[in-house]
Amino acid sequence: MDLATLWFAAVAVLWTGFLLLEGFDFGVAALLPVLGRRPADRHLMLRSIGPLWDGNEVWLITAAGAVFAAFPGWYATWLPALYLPFVLVLFGLIIRAVAFEWRHSHHTEAWDATWTRIITAGSLIAALGVGAALGATTLGLPIDADGNRVGGAFAGLSWAALLGAAAVLGFSLVHGALFLALKVDGDVRLRARAFALRWSPVAALPLLGWAGWVHLRYGTPVTGVLWLIAALAGVVAWARIKVDAEGSAFAAWAVLLVASAATIFGAAYPVVVPSTIDAAFDVTVTDASVSDYTLTVMTWAAAVGLPVVLGYQAWTYWVFRKRLTAEPVHEQPAEAARA
Amino acid sequence: MDVLDVARWQFGITTVYHFLMVPLTIGLGILVVVMHTMWVRTDKPEWLRMTRFWGRIYLINFVLGVATGLVQEFQFGLAWSEYSRFVGDVFGSLLALEALLAFFLESTFLGLWIFGWGRIPKKVHLAALWAAVIGSIVSAYFIIAANSWMQHPVGVEVDDATGRPLQVDFLAVLTNNTALAAFSHAIVAALMVAGALLVGIGLWHLRKRKLAGRSPEDVDHSVWRRSVRLGGYVSLAAFLLTAVTGDWQGKLMYEQQPLKMSSAEALCETEAPASFSIFAFGKFGSNECDDVHSITVPYILSYLAHGDFSTAVPGVNELQEEYAAVYGETYPDDPSFGAKAGEPIDYTPLLAVTYWNFRLMIGMGALSAGVAAYALWSTRKGRVPTSRIGVYGALLAVAAPFVANASGWIFTEMGRQPFVVYPNPDVPVEDQVYFFTAQAVSPGISAAEVWTSLITLTLVYGALAVVELWLIGRFVRRGVTTGDGAPVPGHTPEGGPDDDVPGGSDGRRADDDVLSFAY
Repeated sequence: MDLATLWFAAVAVLWTGFLLLEGFDFGVAALLPVLGRRPADRHLMLRSIGPLWDGNEVWLITAAGAVFAAFPGWYATWLPALYLPFVLVLFGLIIRAVAFEWRHSHHTEAWDATWTRIITAGSLIAALGVGAALGATTLGLPIDADGNRVGGAFAGLSWAALLGAAAVLGFSLVHGALFLALKVDGDVRLRARAFALRWSPVAALPLLGWAGWVHLRYGTPVTGVLWLIAALAGVVAWARIKVDAEGSAFAAWAVLLVASAATIFGAAYPVVVPSTIDAAFDVTVTDASVSDYTLTVMTWAAAVGLPVVLGYQAWTYWVFRKRLTAEPVHEQPAEAARA
Repeated sequence: MDVLDVARWQFGITTVYHFLMVPLTIGLGILVVVMHTMWVRTDKPEWLRMTRFWGRIYLINFVLGVATGLVQEFQFGLAWSEYSRFVGDVFGSLLALEALLAFFLESTFLGLWIFGWGRIPKKVHLAALWAAVIGSIVSAYFIIAANSWMQHPVGVEVDDATGRPLQVDFLAVLTNNTALAAFSHAIVAALMVAGALLVGIGLWHLRKRKLAGRSPEDVDHSVWRRSVRLGGYVSLAAFLLTAVTGDWQGKLMYEQQPLKMSSAEALCETEAPASFSIFAFGKFGSNECDDVHSITVPYILSYLAHGDFSTAVPGVNELQEEYAAVYGETYPDDPSFGAKAGEPIDYTPLLAVTYWNFRLMIGMGALSAGVAAYALWSTRKGRVPTSRIGVYGALLAVAAPFVANASGWIFTEMGRQPFVVYPNPDVPVEDQVYFFTAQAVSPGISAAEVWTSLITLTLVYGALAVVELWLIGRFVRRGVTTGDGAPVPGHTPEGGPDDDVPGGSDGRRADDDVLSFAY
């Protein structure tokens, strides 16, 4: 395997890692108004992702950085072609990041409610925007021979964008619910389980549909098998949550994402941005990549750095592994003050 | 305005804004980790309270830096795709390494620090903050190395097939002398920002406590006193170091980008020995050097540029001609130059911007050092100043190093125009790598799209600035109340204090307590 292919795989892992990790904090944030009926519930839900969301978001920064570093031709074609969707994603990520931190810096009901809504809104916008951008890309963008978008600001948007948006949101919602079922106790845990049981069959469809579409368009027998694994994982996740096996349900749902992403990246390879105008204009791994020297430098840096990063990030998850409960000490005055 | 102008405004606005948060994050991070270390070592309550108080301000600010930093990374691809294509072999890897080696460290361990109070062993908890602070410093290094490569491209050869730079020496890119100078300058400048904050707020609280007749024996008195002393010493030392590192950087710039430096001095004709300009007047708007007149001090500029009192310093007019002879009188008549195709090239950066930002940077830095000296003098031997002008002046002067940092960046970035990648004079002209800003913008996007993002981001940033200032202001006015780690009513001593829920049998809301840190 040449270095460019290795880096294509690395980029695929980083994007998948981002969706897998940030997916549950997107989901928990999006479910705040659904599962968090009382302020104490919402507070508990936010505490479950509080120490983790920022580290998860770095996966996105690293994924984008790796695309730029290894495949500047991909970066320079992709981002301007989907200018507005990416700006929308940035907008969502900005408002949710500050909301996480500022929400608890002042205490009135209105303040709390406002920033909680902003967390939800920002997470929805970011999840939908990322999904739309990825969906539109996998099924082709209107780019010319120089890798520049042809047509107006919305030329990149397509049915595939909608499908991608629905896929990422659907996955994240159930992923967030399963994370909560695993992470917190009390009413929220029960409601999260019920949500996952009821909605996982629906939520898996856009993701499987998207991966299936990409497979049918560009795939190989291997990606066909990967797709079947994804579909099977979706069924297993549903079956496990039905018997209240939260851990294995969460794991199976994660496999659904990983296998779907593997289907999509595997089928798309070696094309990174397909052109809807002419297949000859497709941006491929070879066209887009940097020199072997630069790839070698980065491979060494990643080989040393990545295991360390994975090690300490895993360790933080372990430090905060304890199942959270709404503290009874706070429950009464909280309710009284807010009622 | 065409796409190029809007995209430049967007880059300028978002970068300067982002760079208001960054020096505070870096500088205050270093000071907070020192406070935390002192607490772990001495167990004195004032160090804990200081860690808590300044740590909270650090966090309110940190998150806005993170959020606005995202825009920076994506912007290179979104609005500057031709630039990204051109520099891809060098530039992207520095950003990716920044994310991998610095951002993960910073965000993961900061999360651990915020939520780790009382949950993880004391020393591990301290180590988490050290890791986060080291992460921000490493991140500063990578981003400055990336920027310095644009200022002074090293470690590359020209790819004959594409005309783009090919990286041949990664170590040369990492140890670019431009990067080493700029990094050291930026880090000490960041410490000035944090020092001024400690001084301004600390003096204000000391005065307020004294006027209210509060006891100087109290722990909180030590909190503010130590903050002022620490901030004052840090500011003064950092100011001296900005002068040393700035001198280093200036001497490099006279070699690498002489036009930037001569514009900063409005030095029109080559002089030997050259005089330093104190104040300039005239028609800056024409960007013709001869329209600007200066009041000067002889010999000083030769010293600043070359370390002696006689060497010639080239003037703007001569340099403009030299650059035009080598790099062309006009932009090539090629569509990739957009509206600029075929137009004459002005190699002189905007004189008004370079000249005044250079002076603003130095002036604001000196002002800040003066305030620090005043703070140290007025608090000598346990004294507390009650002068309204002195104390409120120090509070206002918190803004000075922010302005100095921003104007320094504006100077260095605007000063390299019209190039986005400046030719390296150490390399023979035919092997040089350079790129005009006019070529760098994304060709496929419309001005309307960039306007949309520019307006959206400016409005969001403006609103967030208002909230951030309000939050910090409110938090600062309230001051420290407790912070010795003792459980207070309504708080679970273990499992982390929780400021989110009002509590306490006396009806006191938990957020009156700065122990409350997170969630």
